[in-house]
Amino acid sequence: MALNASRNDLAAGAIFVAFGGYFALEALRYDFGTPFRMGPGFMPVLLGGILVALGIAVAAKGVGKPDEAAAPPWPWRGLVLVLGTILFFAATFRGLGFIPVVLIAGLATALSSTRNSMLSALVISVGLCVLCLLIFVVGLGMIVPLVGPWLRF
Amino acid sequence: MDLFSSLGLGFSVALDPFNILYCFVGVLLGTLVGVLPGIGPTATIAMLLPITFSLNAETALIMLAGIYYGAQYGGSTTAILINLPGESSAAVTAIDGYQMARKGRAGPALAAAAIGSFFAGSVATFLLAAFAPPLARAALNFGAPEYFSLIVLGLLVSIALAHGSIIKALAMIVLGLLLGMVGQDIYTGTPRFTFGLRELFGGLNFVAVAVGVFGVAEILRNLENEHEREVGVKAVKNLWLTRDDIKRIIWPVLRGTGIGSVLGVLPGGGHILSAFASYSAEKRLSKHPEEFGKGAIEGVAGPESANNAAAQTSFIPLMTLGIPAHPVMALMIGAFILQGITPGPNVINEQPALFWGIIASMWVGNLLLVILNLPLVGLWVKMLSIPYRVLFPAIVLFACIGTFSINQNIYDIYAIAFFGIVGYLLIRFGCEPAPLLLGFVLGPLLEEHLRRAMIISRGDPTIFVTRPISATLLVLALAAVLVAVLPSIRKKRAEVFVEED
Repeated sequence: MALNASRNDLAAGAIFVAFGGYFALEALRYDFGTPFRMGPGFMPVLLGGILVALGIAVAAKGVGKPDEAAAPPWPWRGLVLVLGTILFFAATFRGLGFIPVVLIAGLATALSSTRNSMLSALVISVGLCVLCLLIFVVGLGMIVPLVGPWLRF
Repeated sequence: MDLFSSLGLGFSVALDPFNILYCFVGVLLGTLVGVLPGIGPTATIAMLLPITFSLNAETALIMLAGIYYGAQYGGSTTAILINLPGESSAAVTAIDGYQMARKGRAGPALAAAAIGSFFAGSVATFLLAAFAPPLARAALNFGAPEYFSLIVLGLLVSIALAHGSIIKALAMIVLGLLLGMVGQDIYTGTPRFTFGLRELFGGLNFVAVAVGVFGVAEILRNLENEHEREVGVKAVKNLWLTRDDIKRIIWPVLRGTGIGSVLGVLPGGGHILSAFASYSAEKRLSKHPEEFGKGAIEGVAGPESANNAAAQTSFIPLMTLGIPAHPVMALMIGAFILQGITPGPNVINEQPALFWGIIASMWVGNLLLVILNLPLVGLWVKMLSIPYRVLFPAIVLFACIGTFSINQNIYDIYAIAFFGIVGYLLIRFGCEPAPLLLGFVLGPLLEEHLRRAMIISRGDPTIFVTRPISATLLVLALAAVLVAVLPSIRKKRAEVFVEED
């Protein structure tokens, strides 16, 4: 594909326009107020509009100037495993409890590096689980079930 | 209270054995993250914020400050030994430091860096002690319009000093400001951008945004291309400087300290800029400019002094005005707030033990750093052999557990994932994450002061230009942007920042 524009600038511009648009449109539902007594919608509408304009400017600047360097490969494995782990952590931390969640999360993130084998990932996750238990539960007195209600029969 | 009795009070706090211990823990952790590439002080302090919750305010802030200036020290060790700056501000040190190491002069390079850093850190801390109180007194006269203009100045100067595209940096700031508005409106209590979730009424969690954008995004970035680090220098011998070396570094250290102290006060990456400024000054003033880039000891001593001086003076705007100069200082604000203290000009009067204790602890910390870094350099070289594949699962887990432990709020963890992916995409597409975090912290303050100022003036926006202090600040802000977009300066900026990536 011969695209005569900077992919990076177009993509960054699109992200800014999307965020700016969301904030501005959502804020239109709030009370705008007057300059004297600004309502909750005043600043977000203003700033959202500015962000959309800046996003368009970023994209426009990239037109006609293709990126010099080739884009680095997407770290698919890392994206899925690291982000997936964080979501898994949030979804199950209360239900499964500290130990099972930290073990599974440590294993999954360790496996997102192609340099970790199954065995080294297991060692890392057990080691981290012990370390986190010592720091957060023993050291800082964090109150959290070690094995959560979902696993109690 | 005069300066000396105040400092006496400060030392009585800083020399408390418990505080010395935490100061030591802080500089030790700081050196560690400074040495290890791929994890910086911003992510570390963000992860450790929840831990400091259980400490008292003095101890917590002494430790966090130690992490920050400790990282400036540690970064130079990696830069010299493996040509990989652990910290962005150490990028300049890598140029000549690594060449010295290749010639077998790693010892003197490390010694020059440590001595320069110690001297600069001590002097800059004294400047902080001397200039902070009068500035804080002046700041007490600031009203809402002045604060608004000051925040605008801070945000715009941070663009001028950031590298890369100015429009992108501006857009990142505005995005940060908008994200800072999530939560209940301060005047009317209207929930904004909360998707109806009660958990978001208090706003997005600052720590979640910081570890997402700086921690998780950085991990994803590193997983793009995995490669192992090579430690070229296995052992460091002969740390002593020769008489000739000492003669060569005296002036660079003094000049570096001066440059760093002044630039450190500026918002946005002052410590990075000061290292570059000092390097180019030394190169220009040197009798043998051809040696630069091939292992000139001046090229190590000057920039190292400059970035450490800047690390200390960047506390001035934080401690006197409550305005952070860069993301790490923004996290320090978060630490103050977690302890129930509003940072600003009142801290010095209401919490003198805290204020002077932090300052005095910087001398203690700098001394500890010299002890930590010179005799123990072998230990840090060993640290470099910890592979990244072991390190990053630890970062992810610490981020999740630590963030959760602040508010016991599950949505904060979802926020980490969200800001991790958004941060990763934006960094990949060439945007800097620092302005976003600065905007996020300053957003609520900006809105509050703008609305208050407009109520004072009964809706008349000219209030910002008719009050002299406010007008001066806005003119400075405008000047900063103009300077940044001028073609000649732009070229210079491109040159200065070219080594960084």
